[in-house]
Amino acid sequence: MELLRFATAGSVDDGKSTLIGRLLLDAKQIFEDQLEAVERTSRDRGFDYVNLALLTDGLRAEREQGITIDVAYRYFSTPKRKFIIADTPGHVQYTRNMVTGASTADLALILVDARKGLLEQSRRHAVIASLLRVGHLVVCINKMDLVDYDEAVFDRIKKDFTDFAAKLEFADLTFIPISALNGDNVTSHSAQMPWYKGPTLLWHLENLYVGSDRNLIDPRFPVQYVVRPMSNEHHDYRGFAGQVAGGIFRPGDEVLVLPAGFTTKVAGIDFGGRALTEAFPPLSVTIRLADEIDISRGDMICRPHNAPTVSQDIEAMVCWFGERPMATKSTYTIKHTSRTARAMVKDLRYRLDVNTLSRDESARQLGMNDMGRVQLRTTVPLFFDEYRRNRTTGSFILVDEATNNTVGAGMIIGEATA
Amino acid sequence: MSTQVTHLEALEAESVFIMREVAAEFERPVLLFSGGKDSIVMLHLAEKAFAPARVPFPVMHVDTGHNFSEVIEYRDRRVAQAGVRLVVASVQESIDSGRAVEETGPRASRNRLQTVTLLDAIESNRFDAVFGGGRRDEEKARAKERVYSFRDEFGQWDPKSQRPELWQLYNGRHKKGEHIRVFPLSNWTEMDVWMYIARENIEVPSIYYAHRRPVFKRDGMWLAVTSFVSAQAGEVVEEREVRFRTVGDATCTGAVESSARTVEQIIEEVAASRLTERGATRADDRISEAGMEDRKKEGYF
Repeated sequence: MELLRFATAGSVDDGKSTLIGRLLLDAKQIFEDQLEAVERTSRDRGFDYVNLALLTDGLRAEREQGITIDVAYRYFSTPKRKFIIADTPGHVQYTRNMVTGASTADLALILVDARKGLLEQSRRHAVIASLLRVGHLVVCINKMDLVDYDEAVFDRIKKDFTDFAAKLEFADLTFIPISALNGDNVTSHSAQMPWYKGPTLLWHLENLYVGSDRNLIDPRFPVQYVVRPMSNEHHDYRGFAGQVAGGIFRPGDEVLVLPAGFTTKVAGIDFGGRALTEAFPPLSVTIRLADEIDISRGDMICRPHNAPTVSQDIEAMVCWFGERPMATKSTYTIKHTSRTARAMVKDLRYRLDVNTLSRDESARQLGMNDMGRVQLRTTVPLFFDEYRRNRTTGSFILVDEATNNTVGAGMIIGEATA
Repeated sequence: MSTQVTHLEALEAESVFIMREVAAEFERPVLLFSGGKDSIVMLHLAEKAFAPARVPFPVMHVDTGHNFSEVIEYRDRRVAQAGVRLVVASVQESIDSGRAVEETGPRASRNRLQTVTLLDAIESNRFDAVFGGGRRDEEKARAKERVYSFRDEFGQWDPKSQRPELWQLYNGRHKKGEHIRVFPLSNWTEMDVWMYIARENIEVPSIYYAHRRPVFKRDGMWLAVTSFVSAQAGEVVEEREVRFRTVGDATCTGAVESSARTVEQIIEEVAASRLTERGATRADDRISEAGMEDRKKEGYF
């Protein structure tokens, strides 16, 4: 069974909670005690129907205010796949939550209300998914029951979205006309829409090929922890623990260690007391090397002819979460793979309007939920790739040194040149 | 050659990554170990993460004193096998020293008192990272908790000001006196835990498997008769074939009727179950709609 992570995004009242409730219900992941609690609460509040959204509202403040505050994670599985849904709310802290949910997603699911068509929010969802390199996008055109299951409505929204998405990058873009409330085209084909010949949402989620989304070409192994047993049995054991961030490693491979610049060979790959013949993303393993080289956390194992960029000057798209705006000359703690350093904002190139994709080059700072292109200078060199090539070696977070809060998320474009 | 990764391999790799990250970045981590299946899986993952070295942190049991003897026997044997230090934080001692006040009445439970004992133990041992076996599929409030859950000097969780958590870049920065609760099994479900126990051939305490014992029904749940729990007027004790889906304080952990005597049979049973793990077996979670959320804010697991 494979794992698929997807992020859902929607505007207020477009039926996202209902759709998730429907998927969980049809996949038999909602239990009797949960359903009874929701039925009871719906009755107590005087609702005419069972409000499936109550299944996903977790916190007291959310129930009291009838809103969703934070990213919530949900789980369901079918015989084919296990799914992790990052359910991101549509209003409060919108960008922050969507970026967080999308950062680990293989696929983004966007809901559009068939009666309202393409709204500014739907466009913003698509832009964020594209910036975060979520390769696969599914647009569910919901509430088809309220437009008489009209094919023309579906076609018009599909065309609007396709025109808009031409400026964005997705490996694939799929449109599905659904009614989350009635279950049309969610897990079974709709008798109301014989004109729709595509897959149901669940079939698409179960069968979409995502294996090629991992980078299996560029070997990258950020060293996380040095394993030294200091025991009589394993007196001389020295292993470098980490999670493979790219490419395939095998015993005997010639490797380059950064920043030392030494070349050596992989002597062995271990995990849990067993020797492995190869390691690839996202496996966590321990690598032993043929030569004794001084290596510590934050170092990078790669190949002599395939190494990441080594630089202190970084050009990146940053999404800002901090209450205090990001301004040039500010310094933050930067965490990138297993390396932690300090970074100074040298320049804000522009602020990106995520609704129109227009660039404001006169912007002096990034406020909460803004995105922009920045130039950073770090205290030590980082070993990075373009985010579009590798989401692990191409991403970082910025931490405010006074509050310890995570205030920014960055996607590396490349080495900065003055 | 296949580079396909199963969901259990992906979950294992993620949990191992989280544990190594904590071992590398914190000074005094500790792993909460109760002898329950989630903490058993955590300890197993920790052993794999640092092999062939020993697990580089101690384990801690917050002991309510209301234990199933099979679980305590398992705990001590397993800890000795792993070669790690066991810290026992005793709720009884918190009561004896006046730090916590015991609930009274036939339905008294020490579940809530555990928070005082846990926070005192974290403070006196100066633990800065505490691994917990909590899973997001367990409960609505947990579904919104981060892998690294920041706790202030009072041990409190503030759901509205959680740090955003992106990619696998965890922010563990904290000031003295504050700490981070870390949940490496966040993305696992009850089913994943059992499938992993089967795959790795992990031993669990015998009470997870079906056995006959005297039980009585209270609030729709089967409670075991122990030296801490006895039937009240109107509650009839009978012998039934049961097993435990969760293992916690004996006063508030219910059994389910079951004939599952192997891991494979448990997996079949979990797949067919129409009740959540906590709904079926935890009296403490039935306190109110926001029961877990309130306890977590106070510093609970």
